[in-house]
Amino acid sequence: MLSRTADNLFWMARHIERAENTARVLDVAHRTSLLPLDIEGTEAYLWYAPLNITGCAGGYGLKYGLARADAVTRYMSLDPDNPASIYTCLRLARENARAVRGAITSEMWEIINATWLEFNRQSRQLDHEKFPDFFDWVKDRSHLFRGVTLGTIMKDIALSFIKLGTFLERADNTARILDVKYHILLPNVHDVGGAADYYQWGSLLKSVSAFEAYRKIYRDVISPLRVAELLILRDDMPRSLHACMNEVEAELIVINGTSGREARRLAGERHAALHFGRIEDVFGQGLHEYLTDFLRHTSLLGQEIRDAYLARRDQFTPVPVRKQAQMQQVLATT
Amino acid sequence: MNTKPTTSYFNEMLTATGAVREIYQRYAHWRQDLPDGLLERKSAEAELLFRRMGITFAVYGEADGAERLIPFDIVPRIFGAAEWRRLEQGIKQRVKALNAFLHDIYHDQEIIKAGVISAHQVLDNVLYRPEMRGLDLPNQVYAHIAGIDLVRVAENEFFVLEDNLRTPSGVSYMLENRKTMMRLFPELFASHAVEPVEHYPQMLLDTLREAAPQFVADPVIVVMTPGSYNSAYFEHAFLASQMGVELVEGQDLFVHQQRVYMHTTEGPQQVHVIYRRVDDDFLDPLAFRPDSTLGVPGLLDAYCSGNVILANGIGTGVADDKSTYLHVPDMISFYLGEKPLLSNVPTWRLSESEDLKYVLAHLPELVVKEVQGSGGYGMLIGPTSSKAQIEAYKLRILSEPANFIAQPTLALSTCPTLVESGVAPRHVDLRPFVLSGKDVRLAPGGLTRVALGEGSLVVNSSQGGGTKDTWVLED
Repeated sequence: MLSRTADNLFWMARHIERAENTARVLDVAHRTSLLPLDIEGTEAYLWYAPLNITGCAGGYGLKYGLARADAVTRYMSLDPDNPASIYTCLRLARENARAVRGAITSEMWEIINATWLEFNRQSRQLDHEKFPDFFDWVKDRSHLFRGVTLGTIMKDIALSFIKLGTFLERADNTARILDVKYHILLPNVHDVGGAADYYQWGSLLKSVSAFEAYRKIYRDVISPLRVAELLILRDDMPRSLHACMNEVEAELIVINGTSGREARRLAGERHAALHFGRIEDVFGQGLHEYLTDFLRHTSLLGQEIRDAYLARRDQFTPVPVRKQAQMQQVLATT
Repeated sequence: MNTKPTTSYFNEMLTATGAVREIYQRYAHWRQDLPDGLLERKSAEAELLFRRMGITFAVYGEADGAERLIPFDIVPRIFGAAEWRRLEQGIKQRVKALNAFLHDIYHDQEIIKAGVISAHQVLDNVLYRPEMRGLDLPNQVYAHIAGIDLVRVAENEFFVLEDNLRTPSGVSYMLENRKTMMRLFPELFASHAVEPVEHYPQMLLDTLREAAPQFVADPVIVVMTPGSYNSAYFEHAFLASQMGVELVEGQDLFVHQQRVYMHTTEGPQQVHVIYRRVDDDFLDPLAFRPDSTLGVPGLLDAYCSGNVILANGIGTGVADDKSTYLHVPDMISFYLGEKPLLSNVPTWRLSESEDLKYVLAHLPELVVKEVQGSGGYGMLIGPTSSKAQIEAYKLRILSEPANFIAQPTLALSTCPTLVESGVAPRHVDLRPFVLSGKDVRLAPGGLTRVALGEGSLVVNSSQGGGTKDTWVLED
């Protein structure tokens, strides 16, 4: 596959996934802000979380100063100047898709294109109350895109690069959400709270569609340790780090090829650590340290994937000239 | 032949007495029974389909670079089997002669030696590429893909308006128009035996395979685009995906030891045939425009070594230039020994002082074009221009008369078209797409372009023209 094609497929999937995750993060902030039980602190305290998770607190601060519900929501949803906004993600996803229209199915293209057109129509008339519906819509479109992808595309390396983008981005996001929210919610791991905590942890779980899974698995009150275990180590939880790295490693093995040894090694190493890891050890190291390390690792992995496949530029090893003389002879006689 | 501006035009659907031509009778009958407003609704639906599919193009020079749709008209343009057969023969004949001409002028130049065309006309043309001299191409084909623009002035009278031998575009619209029509009006296709066009991508792929260097058993073929900001990008991506080949940009290719490779996730892969939609000038910064970032350094060298085939070849522009156009009927007799089946539009060359004098005196009746212009830019249509426009154009002509040709304003046929006021006649032309490999072949029909403004004769999409589905009925 053309390197540029692989690059566009990878980023198309990442951008869609990122748009979905941004919508999830904002959705939780919205829900939380409606709860009567305020965690100690102000509106700004609550609304810094989505900015921190997506790493766009700096850009926001320059433009708006204090974090306020409406401004943060708009900045992260609609602002063309924000490189991480849903607007930017959907626009870039469409540009990536447009660049490789031939490599994706027409159904996939239509979903991405229609999403972009609909987004532009919708965004003009969004007011604050309508945002929760909008977040649901973004999530729906992302689900739809993945469904259409799996339902229409050939199972070849095009799909592998799409999955690689999806799961690398998802792993990154889950780690960020956990990192930021966990520390807002619980400075001390062994605190087990009352009703307030229940709602707060509940909303964290909901933001990664893990609330129902939690209840099903643990059938118990929400405990921070289990939340972390669920989102890091459980491989049957589709947004957990372990589940994501399962997919990343598997796709790298499918793609394989003459390069990418280091990418496969990094993915394998991280996957093994999640596979055999214990939650006690994660907390022993410190959750924040653990997650920071994980994020550094995935970013390194992303660079390796880029160098090995997406921006591959080989130094050519010269081939014997003999064959070429033959070619010219053949041509001369035609 | 009626070359004077006139109010009576050949109507594709109706005879002079107002009766419906036989080939349109079923269609006319179907339309009679339609409920009010149905065509308008279907037309809106079609626009939505096109927008959702992203079948858009960029218009050069528009500030926001917004993507626009080419208006699609839902009334088909219909050809009968017999009239199409005649047309098809004429088109094939013409393209054969043009390829023979290109082979000749880059080899022995017999046509110049025979005095049919002057050496000046060929060799001093800026589009003549001396680099191509002596290069042997498989099947002696230079223009693998040609678009021949035709207009109709009477039941049995067609003229060739121009030949497009460089990177003719529009075929994706031919295919998408058909797809859309079949979706909107399945019942029409049940009641009409319309020749399919859907196999065009397969024909194109076959043509490109046949064009491959002969030492390659299973050639690697790619489509090369200037990039996603090009106005015809949709078509490039569309054709690549329909043929199942890679769509590459210049940056994806490199030349090593006179061979062309593409950067893939598996390392370099050799490429044998490039269906390039990049103009000659931008193909290779080492050989042509050094500032081109769209091309591949060393590509010309690889091409001249016979290790890669470009479709179309380099230097085909010399044969579709509007001053060479005049000589195509001579080429047909010279190379094929046949009588031309399709006529040229009578043309005045303003490099000739007699012609110049006549044209300057008759500007309000004539169409004047730049010799190397295309896309409907920079032309003067006398009958629809103001005095001031004509005077301004006159000055342009006088500054460099040899850059212009003039033709009578043709009475382009009209075809019923859905416009705001209902269905009304609008002028149309036709661009069939001709593929040359071991044989010359073309999909039945082509792209019908329609000038949407009342009385307008300019069909180019860049000038607000639309397109129609073109049907060739089976016998």
